[in-house]
Amino acid sequence: MSEIISAEHLAYTYPGVEDTPGVPVFEDMNLKIQEGSFVAVLGTNGCGKSTLAKHFNSILLPTGGKVYVCGIDTANEDRIMTVRHNVGMVFQNPDNQIVANVVEEDVAFGPENLGVASPEIRHRVDNALKQVGMYEYREHAPHLLSGGQKQRIAIAGIIAMEPKCIVLDEPTAMLDPRGRREVIDTIGRLNREKGITVVLITHHMDEAARADRVVVLDKGTVAADGTPKQVFSQVELLHSIGLASPETVELCWELKRQGFDLPLDALEPEECAQALYDLVKA
Amino acid sequence: MLKDITLGQYFPGKSIIHRLDPRTKLIMLVVYIVALFLADSWVSYGLMFLFLVSVIWLSTIPLKSILRGMKPLVMILIFTGVLNLFFTQEGEVLFHFWILTVTTGGLSRAVMMMSRILMLITGTFLLTYTTSPIALTDGLESLMKPLKKIGVPVHELSMMMCIALRFIPTLIEETDKIMCAQKARGADFETGSLMDRAKALIPILVPLFISAFRRADELATAMECRCYQGGEGRTKMKLLRYHREDFVSYGVGAVLVVVVIGLKSVGL
Repeated sequence: MSEIISAEHLAYTYPGVEDTPGVPVFEDMNLKIQEGSFVAVLGTNGCGKSTLAKHFNSILLPTGGKVYVCGIDTANEDRIMTVRHNVGMVFQNPDNQIVANVVEEDVAFGPENLGVASPEIRHRVDNALKQVGMYEYREHAPHLLSGGQKQRIAIAGIIAMEPKCIVLDEPTAMLDPRGRREVIDTIGRLNREKGITVVLITHHMDEAARADRVVVLDKGTVAADGTPKQVFSQVELLHSIGLASPETVELCWELKRQGFDLPLDALEPEECAQALYDLVKA
Repeated sequence: MLKDITLGQYFPGKSIIHRLDPRTKLIMLVVYIVALFLADSWVSYGLMFLFLVSVIWLSTIPLKSILRGMKPLVMILIFTGVLNLFFTQEGEVLFHFWILTVTTGGLSRAVMMMSRILMLITGTFLLTYTTSPIALTDGLESLMKPLKKIGVPVHELSMMMCIALRFIPTLIEETDKIMCAQKARGADFETGSLMDRAKALIPILVPLFISAFRRADELATAMECRCYQGGEGRTKMKLLRYHREDFVSYGVGAVLVVVVIGLKSVGL
């Protein structure tokens, strides 16, 4: 598998206002994301998750080092549209990324910007709306939809551009549990069925547990990187950063500290129950 | 309470008037207004009235809703009527009252002026009643396209209009939320003098503006992420296309103006 995004010795400092010094976020960050993978990025507030995401489609440019998207340097002004076309981005607040006052018009916004021919736009919009399960709402006004529905519209707006990769910056932070499930299911399906690379930035451990790979950021560096099972079993490390493992792992960890012999990679409640059952039986 | 505000309310429908191209409707409105100002006899007024009534009938919009829209205009109508009635001194004197004189000329002028304003407003209402805001914006952009040559930022204007329309409900919701938050902390918006009440609005407007700027910033980033780079090289999903009924209505419009001018030249 080839790399779709790679950050090499990435450094970024937020510019200071007037005389105050800038705030450094990254000093030497290295991260490679494989094409077709589903990567979750975890971290506490202010660890640079969103800053990192903004580097992936040239919204922010590195102050040092390089970021490559499909082999293109994101700092290359002439190729900026190619980069943005390949890496779509979904933000936290669905209200602030919907442009038009009719659902289908909004989904059409991206392809219209790319100069796609009209019949082809119609085709892509219908397809994108079907993929996120919002086709029957195509003529609705976005402000009358629920948060989860709005966020799915925003995702449809990105898929209609046919990117290779979607970066989602805490897409579920403002949603209720039902909306969260809708959005996460949609993302998972797009990754599995369409082979779109997904980078999901999140606070929720259970969302991250569904990814192929989890990257934990702390103070601008990669603190842990691996499969969900590998990362979440490092419970002490996660605690020292200010994060927690999924509740099932936390439970096993607490019991293990009391001297019970339990595995630390039970991410699903069933797995955890089975481990407990085996323990009690033995 | 703020939820009820609608701008240029649109009645969704499938009538022939709804189906007309927005450009046709915009141009027809201009033609209609020109004809209305050219008309100055009872015959031509009757003709215009007939035209208006048939458009209302075709649009299937209930007369009640149209009349309701007229309510705020009652004062202006009365004002126009009274001014024309007393300040036109032509024809026979009907009666004297104190220092005021009412003449036949004044009476007919007052009635004509009032019906002109009424017909003007109804015509404009019909446009917004039968055309969705987005179609209206598209129509305006397409009609103003020639102005691009002299440097008018047509695409930007229509984009701004579209975004403004999109954010009206969002900002209204936000205002409601801020008002509730301030009320929960003891703010009072309903009592006190006009000055007090105006002052009470400051704690609403400040957070509203701050949040609007923040939203604008986020929206701009989101638009950039979706490869927005202005009107250059942009395509449209829905192309505006003229159909048979559009040509028919242009024909009707032309006939209307010609007949009104004809009537004027023969002195009717």
